[in-house]
Amino acid sequence: MIGRRSFLKVSALAAGGVLIGLQTEPEAKAQGRGAPAAPPDPHVYIKVAPDGAITIMAKNPEVGQGIKTMLPMLIAEELDVDWKSVKIEQTDFNDKLYALQNAGGSTGTPNNWIPMRQVGAAARAMFITAAADTWKVPEAECTTASGRVLHNGQSLGYGELAAKVATLPAPNPASLKFKDPKDYKIIGVSQPGVDVPAIVTGKPIFNIDVTVPGMVYAVFEKCGVFGGKVVTSNVDEIKKLPGIKDAFVIDRPDVTDVVLPGEPGLENGIAILADTWWHAQSARKQLKVTWNEGPRAQYSSVAYAQKAEELSKQPPQRPIRTDGDAEGTLKNAAKVVEAAYSYPFISHAPLEPQNCTAHFKDGKVEIWTNSQTPANGRRMVMQTLGLKDDEITVHMVRGGGGFGRRLNNDYMVEAAFISKQSGMPVKLLWSREDDFTHDYYRPGGFQYLKAGLDPSGKIIAWRNHFISYGEGERFVASGAMGPTEFPQRFIPNYSLYTSVMPLGIRTGALRAPSSNAFAFVIQSFIDELAHAAGKDPVEFRLALLDSAIPVAAEPAAAGGRGGGAPGMDPERMKGVTKLVAEKSGWGKTLPKGTAMGVAFHFSHRGYFAEVAEVTVSPANKVKINKIWVAADVGSHIINPSAADNIVQGGIIDGLSEMMNQEITIEKGRVVQTNYDKHGMVRLVQAPPVIEVHYLKSTNPPTGLGEPALPPALPAVSNAIFTATGKRVRQLPLSKSGFSWA
Amino acid sequence: MAYKLTVNGQPATVDAPADMPLLWVLRDILKLQGTKYGCGIGQCGACTVHLNGKPTRSCLTPVSTAANQTVMTIEGLSPDGKHPVQVAWEEIDVPQCGYCQAGQIMAAAALIAKTPKPTDKDIDGAMNGNLCRCGTYLRIRAAVHKAADLAATKAPHKSTGAAVLEEV
Repeated sequence: MIGRRSFLKVSALAAGGVLIGLQTEPEAKAQGRGAPAAPPDPHVYIKVAPDGAITIMAKNPEVGQGIKTMLPMLIAEELDVDWKSVKIEQTDFNDKLYALQNAGGSTGTPNNWIPMRQVGAAARAMFITAAADTWKVPEAECTTASGRVLHNGQSLGYGELAAKVATLPAPNPASLKFKDPKDYKIIGVSQPGVDVPAIVTGKPIFNIDVTVPGMVYAVFEKCGVFGGKVVTSNVDEIKKLPGIKDAFVIDRPDVTDVVLPGEPGLENGIAILADTWWHAQSARKQLKVTWNEGPRAQYSSVAYAQKAEELSKQPPQRPIRTDGDAEGTLKNAAKVVEAAYSYPFISHAPLEPQNCTAHFKDGKVEIWTNSQTPANGRRMVMQTLGLKDDEITVHMVRGGGGFGRRLNNDYMVEAAFISKQSGMPVKLLWSREDDFTHDYYRPGGFQYLKAGLDPSGKIIAWRNHFISYGEGERFVASGAMGPTEFPQRFIPNYSLYTSVMPLGIRTGALRAPSSNAFAFVIQSFIDELAHAAGKDPVEFRLALLDSAIPVAAEPAAAGGRGGGAPGMDPERMKGVTKLVAEKSGWGKTLPKGTAMGVAFHFSHRGYFAEVAEVTVSPANKVKINKIWVAADVGSHIINPSAADNIVQGGIIDGLSEMMNQEITIEKGRVVQTNYDKHGMVRLVQAPPVIEVHYLKSTNPPTGLGEPALPPALPAVSNAIFTATGKRVRQLPLSKSGFSWA
Repeated sequence: MAYKLTVNGQPATVDAPADMPLLWVLRDILKLQGTKYGCGIGQCGACTVHLNGKPTRSCLTPVSTAANQTVMTIEGLSPDGKHPVQVAWEEIDVPQCGYCQAGQIMAAAALIAKTPKPTDKDIDGAMNGNLCRCGTYLRIRAAVHKAADLAATKAPHKSTGAAVLEEV
């Protein structure tokens, strides 16, 4: 080993096993001399150098959710090292070595809570074995602290033991003993984001900053109508403009299905490549293109709304679920409440525009991406370019926000294709206008609700006619409602029907998909029922949660949502509802024009109840004074600073969706092209205080990226109702004359 | 055509079309990529730099109008990452994705250079043009106050927005 740097190598196997080995590299490289250092070997989670320097690898895409800090925290805790002494590195994508390298569904925490701690615990166990063997003492007498093994006053650092550890067999994960949580030094302690020093000094750490030698910049002009094809263009003139390296038409097979696939693939358009992005973008403005817009140019938001209204008056196309007899019960109910809710398409608009760098060379392609699903992107590139498994390399680079937009990989396949076609390394960068007009939009929808109360004010029947987009029994991507949507299982007579209409634009998952719209509808309508019953909205909700009907287990709804078994545990939801009522001083007297509203929602395995206090002026100007949050996401808040930040941010995101955001379609094209037409909450509009309380339960920890968002919208709109008597049933609220104070 | 600029205290000559925004000159020609592209229409503030000490949207500033002037980017805010705003941003752990934060920090640095003890109202006025898609506004506000406190208790910082302002 002399003359070489040795690393302990620990890799989790797909089946939950742990692989530990030794990696060596030539001294020159280790000393930073000679050839530039190779990229970190993706085989490793933990590297321990002989001098004790410890590097922990972060395997998941980082788009602002904090996973690059959190996953290594889990390893470091069980490894028993000082967090401040550890270096964190991002891995590449490698599905042979790492499981589930994705960022979606708030799954990072539940998927990794056990395996990442196993990685750390396995390594720690091996250091103990190596030290005990060195000292010829029983392992049970050895302890660890701060990256050292201790025994009766003697100690050995992990670096000193690394070479010996490499000769040991990996322990069986089942034999590992996790730390007692009371001994945690890292988990449960706020750790600043590992990239924060680089962020505040402007280091080029985002995907848009990737530079490769010889790289050119590309833009890709597509038809505003999905599937539109180039008939004629002046692409040959474009090639002569300053700085232009190449320009060409991409012509793809038609996507003919009325229900667009979740990822329809590479589109038609014109690629322009230049020495700077500005040259490419400027040349693009000189483009003269005749498009064949195809059949999807017929669609418009006005027509969708008219069609929905029409469908609402007809018998539903099909049932999704019928429990008991909602129709009959509604006829005999003491009180019937009826309401029509709707919500628009909205765009993800992460602040870093879509971009990807690709270098196709000698039949292989190397890609730098901020994708949330690099596995999907890789597969799509392989299919589109006709590549084999070992002909594609995917580097994962920090993304400036995701929110679900980067679950799709259209920009990745575009960059790879353009690089192959041009023979040049290419950075493809979309303009903000490209981003707004070529998103996978959160589907809009319409819900026609009817519920019946008995004389005591209990909900005895619930009927929903859910009008969405699709064809026959198929919904567009993220446009479905499942058979266990809350309050299914809590009301004996529950009917959910659906009717669909054709769409023509791409749709997809936006942060807390479905929940971000459904919670507004369901929790607003429950509020209407509470007021109709003359009951306090918190008490009414607690009573509803008490009325769970015992049912056999059913598969959980997508995204860990819904009321159906084994989904939501009503006791946990009651817990957070009671806690948020207590913390907010629910029921206290407030000045005229000021009121509180409450809502809860279960999604992504997280239990959230929120109370908003708002003041509304006679001119419908809304000021949010404070929001209280109670959350049950299990036994530990792994990184409290990041947790509070993302909960507060999720709520603010929800408020943007509530007040101003709407994408509309005219002649098949998206109308809103930039942030000025799709209003995001700004600093002055944000609630001055969002107070977050965690109700620790004995359940394993779950994610926080999404579940805080959905209740924010109805908590505020319910408060607006109490303050003003105005019940808003249509998103965004701006359509009903409301605006931020 | 060639333009001369002073960027982060260093003279720079760039060959660029007159209408090329300063943002792209910085990012693609001078390879100062800390300044970010977000919207291209002055709506998000991710591209904020100091032009002669004033917070300026570099996406809307043609290189021809920035010629012969003094530009400071996030990379030039401090030699060691210890500008009070940077320190405050780290201590409060402001960023989520971090993409808007260079612009936020440049806006905040210009604010406290001009208004050493900003009120919430001052912060509203100076920072409202900077969008944060992740919604870190509560921490941004707290960090601006913290930065002002740090700046007040420290010796005047070298090579900061304040220094440039004095030259104007």
